[in-house]
Amino acid sequence: MKVLVPVKRVIDFNVAVRVKADRSGVDLANVKMAINPFDEIAVEEAVRLKEQGAATEIVAVSIGPSGAQETLRTALAMGADRGILVKHDGPLEPLAVAKILRAIALEEQPRLVILGKQAIDNDCNQVGQMLAALLGWPQGTFAAKVELLDGETAVTREVDGGLQTVALKLPAIVTTDLRLNQPRYASLPNIMKARKKPIAEKTVADYGVDPRPKLKVLEVREPEKRRAGARVASAAELVERLRERGVI
Amino acid sequence: MAALVLAEHNNAALNEATAKAVTAATLISPPVHVLVAGADCAKAAEQAAKLTGVETVLVADDARYASLLPEPTAELILSLSQSYDAIVAPATANGKNILPRVAAKLDVPQISEIIAVQSPDVFRRPIYAGNAIETIEAKGFKKVVTVRVSAFAATPAGGNASIKAIAPAADPQVSRFVSENLTRSERPELTGAKIVISGGRGLQSKENFALIERIADRLGAAVGASRAAVDAGFVPNDRQVGQTGKVVAPELYIAVGISGAIQHLAGMKDSKVIVAINKDEGAAIFSVADYGLVADLFEALPEFEKALGQ
Repeated sequence: MKVLVPVKRVIDFNVAVRVKADRSGVDLANVKMAINPFDEIAVEEAVRLKEQGAATEIVAVSIGPSGAQETLRTALAMGADRGILVKHDGPLEPLAVAKILRAIALEEQPRLVILGKQAIDNDCNQVGQMLAALLGWPQGTFAAKVELLDGETAVTREVDGGLQTVALKLPAIVTTDLRLNQPRYASLPNIMKARKKPIAEKTVADYGVDPRPKLKVLEVREPEKRRAGARVASAAELVERLRERGVI
Repeated sequence: MAALVLAEHNNAALNEATAKAVTAATLISPPVHVLVAGADCAKAAEQAAKLTGVETVLVADDARYASLLPEPTAELILSLSQSYDAIVAPATANGKNILPRVAAKLDVPQISEIIAVQSPDVFRRPIYAGNAIETIEAKGFKKVVTVRVSAFAATPAGGNASIKAIAPAADPQVSRFVSENLTRSERPELTGAKIVISGGRGLQSKENFALIERIADRLGAAVGASRAAVDAGFVPNDRQVGQTGKVVAPELYIAVGISGAIQHLAGMKDSKVIVAINKDEGAAIFSVADYGLVADLFEALPEFEKALGQ
């Protein structure tokens, strides 16, 4: 069984984000980049399926600038078998990403596509669901547990009130939530080995997808800053202040 | 043309998230119609009909919508989409799950988690966990929008919409509901509560969360938690407040033993009044708190509870 894992290159989650002075976007120059944390969980889940003997091959895909090659190498070092780099500079909306992934899925014929539930840059939370719709496949989003059964996958999902389990016919789409697993650190020998694993280079045009955004970003600004208030000396004083304020 | 709002409900009752999404939809493309898809959901539909400004409530009452699986529910919305300029859902687990499927089938982008409608074509939404706010224009195509419910006031009751039963749409039959394990609580729901009290790693154990819960019950508050407390197994995942959990904006937010990671701040910094109780004077949470108490929470919480009783 083949598993496809799309991975995105984003600003490292530990880096403080700076908005550009001209309000055209977020400053990406000389900023540390990393694999999207939810996608890292997706790679880990695929690798575990392979270790259990349920998956036979893991194909990682990244769509982005040439630097996205590093993101693919991260996935390969964790255990993916080969990579596909779809080179593209500039913004790409989730729908265009989903269309490219659809074309790749039709070519590669995976039984399972595992993706992060959202990228921590645009926080859209769309690609997995859109890909499922375009392929006509079922989806198990916000997964906390994935089990492969006969011709089906049982996905336990994090929902508003707790957990929900659904059974999906394969092929299916799974998007990962935080508690699905704890991704491993790639070992040095595996990092070395990953350098020799193949990465096929493609372009967006190879898949016949129009990359032009349909939404227009008018401006990006910093959120309004909250200012620190007063310190109180005791819990009793705190209660007194909150009563004065009329919130309790 | 009109806007269609996908209702959030549990069949027996309408969730307040619906009334908030209706507020946003009214700003985007009035009049507003509400779609209540469910099983034995007449009660929820009646409540939706009472929301001010709602013109029609469409009810798809069928077993296939009992748990709002995204595959059949997206088909239902698509079957209705022609009559609408905008399709809107609250950014709940259901809304986030279903709406991108609808957008993809309509071949339009989705605008996720808007926090403001600047004009019917211009929206503001947080990116980078709320560390930046983007203003985007969506013109020339059907709008598919999810709404961050903490950013909008609920549309009040007072209306009298007509209720219209509609036939179910095709079910792709590729998915089925197996089970659910919902946290039962007498306390208010996290995203709708006026007061939220949250605990972090500082609580040290599941048992110690009782200190928080006692105060929550006294204040009629919901109980939340930081990601660290959830990951440590102190509380269930649905209590997590933060970028990747629930986003809340109550009248009063009390953070106890929470350091204030960016991730957590993104989920609560729009609260009206913020209180922080932490023994680490340098904790980031104090930088957003209106009232800060530097103290050991194991002493401060019992004192707080006692003072509330006086």
